[in-house]
Amino acid sequence: MQFGMTIIAAMAPPAVLPAKDLTDPHAGRPVPAVELSRVSVTFGQASDSVAALAETNLRIHEGEFLALVGPSGCGKSTILRLVGGLIQPTEGVVILGGREVAARALRIGMAFQNPTMLPWLTIEQNIMLPLKIVEPFRSQFRKEKRGAFRDKAHDLLAQVGLKGFAGKFPWQLSGGMLQRANLCRALIHEPRMLMLDEPFGALDQFTREELWAIMQKMWLAHKPTVLLVTHDLREAAFLGTRICVMSARPGRIVDDAPVPFARPRTIAMTFEPDFVALNQRLRSLIVEARSGATVSEESL
Amino acid sequence: MRKIINRQRRRSFGLIALFFVGWEVACLVSGMSDLILPRPSQVFTTMFQRMPILWPHILQTLMTTMIGFALGVALGVVLGAVIGVSRTAYETAYPLLIGFSSIPKVAVVPIFVLWFGSGTVPAVLTALSICFFPIVVNIATGLATTEPELEDVLKALGASKLDILWNVGLPRTMPFFFASLKVAVTYAFVGTVLSETVASNRGIGNVMMTASSNFNVPMVFAGLFILAGMGIALYVVFSLIESRVTGWANRKNDFAAA
Ligand SMILES: Nc1ncnc2c1ncn2[C@@H]1O[C@H](COP(=O)(O)OP(=O)(O)OP(=O)(O)O)[C@@H](O)[C@H]1O
Ligand SMILES: [Mg+2]
Repeated sequence: MQFGMTIIAAMAPPAVLPAKDLTDPHAGRPVPAVELSRVSVTFGQASDSVAALAETNLRIHEGEFLALVGPSGCGKSTILRLVGGLIQPTEGVVILGGREVAARALRIGMAFQNPTMLPWLTIEQNIMLPLKIVEPFRSQFRKEKRGAFRDKAHDLLAQVGLKGFAGKFPWQLSGGMLQRANLCRALIHEPRMLMLDEPFGALDQFTREELWAIMQKMWLAHKPTVLLVTHDLREAAFLGTRICVMSARPGRIVDDAPVPFARPRTIAMTFEPDFVALNQRLRSLIVEARSGATVSEESL
Repeated sequence: MRKIINRQRRRSFGLIALFFVGWEVACLVSGMSDLILPRPSQVFTTMFQRMPILWPHILQTLMTTMIGFALGVALGVVLGAVIGVSRTAYETAYPLLIGFSSIPKVAVVPIFVLWFGSGTVPAVLTALSICFFPIVVNIATGLATTEPELEDVLKALGASKLDILWNVGLPRTMPFFFASLKVAVTYAFVGTVLSETVASNRGIGNVMMTASSNFNVPMVFAGLFILAGMGIALYVVFSLIESRVTGWANRKNDFAAA
């Protein structure tokens, strides 16, 4: 961690507008959008408890695209759920935009591997669901803005290549199309923070690459803070501004490095020597983390 | 597609007609006394001839059933929602409900009569007490089966429990709810008639009771036919409402077959 341990100072001044006003006047240095400090998460009760995270530290800066990779079951989704305020840390603190995460409205966009569209709503209605929940859209929903919201949904759909599918029901779309719609739903309320848990995991190679490009374009356009959990190292290196590698359970960050490649990145770049070398380095780190896990499980 | 459905429908109507014809013929051939098993033709004749007398009773039974059913739906929805949302409520109320639903309702009617006198009130209550159970179970099941991932997406947006219930839980429960309505409405008939047979001087249940004590067997059967007819009619009504409101739950299959 290059930032040291000035976490408690960041907690002190509760910013009024956490998403925009990110300069901490006391430290004179930008407050990270997300900060996990010495966070531990233990699931279950004493006898059969599982330590998912142990004393994990992680900072994500405003506008950063952080890719999180690591062996299966190491606690990646747990980090994502912590940041989303869906679970509370057993120990430590999770700070968002200078404020501790508690039960509050966050306006975080989330997308999982499973698209979870509601079958009784059309794609357009599904995508507009966050607008029915998040303020200020919520109070505008019944009023004049509805038409504007619909335009926005159509616009997003067009961007992911689903033009003309707004009125269709989820069962009329393929898995890849649903996943595109899922991305739209995560983006419609213009979140400053995006939590993506293997959103492209179940897709074929070509659809996946196409969605990487779309994702990159959207990130370049709006610069939200993104946390992407993925198993695909090429994906991590293509999209991320920074890649964190986690150790096996209980997870902690064992490697944290920026991705130097220029943007916009292209698929062709992923076959260049530098890119391949980065992939190989990541791969060997994860292999190492995994073998560590196997040994410790055998020794039990 | 349409043609096949029509042909199938015609065939099943034909088979039903055949059943009654068979019954008629069997009675004629075997010389069965109409004190034991009247012929369908006798039953229908009785039904139409005595319609002026039967009509108020039909209305009485129908009204009682619908009131009991409406109350049962209201109670069932509220209980089901509470049980489906709260774990504590689930663990307390479920054993009680199962206990209550295992009690034969014949045993409950005398208690209702004791409290409210004979007549419409105990019939309404009996109908209610039989029909609310399937609704509770279905609503609770529907609410309990929400996808955790979607709930996470909504919670991260700051959605309250009520938001999730309103936008996801309730719509998802609708197919379960309407499926249970079809069953519940036929149960409500059973309850009404049960109570009318035991403690009332009005309604189809009472008509059948009186007719059987006068050995007017065709009249008893006319009562049965009327009850069956009303049951089928209401079942069809609720099926139609169901397919209109919750078509999305079945669309996938239609789509594949088309
Ligand atoms: N709700 C829960 N109850 C109990 N244990 C849990 C729960 N959620 C996660 N765990 C445990 O915590 C550990 C980390 O889980 P997590 O889902 O964060 O892993 P992951 O890194 O996302 O894995 P994958 O890459 O396979 O998705 C796992 O060992 C899992 O068994
Ligand atoms: Mg995971």
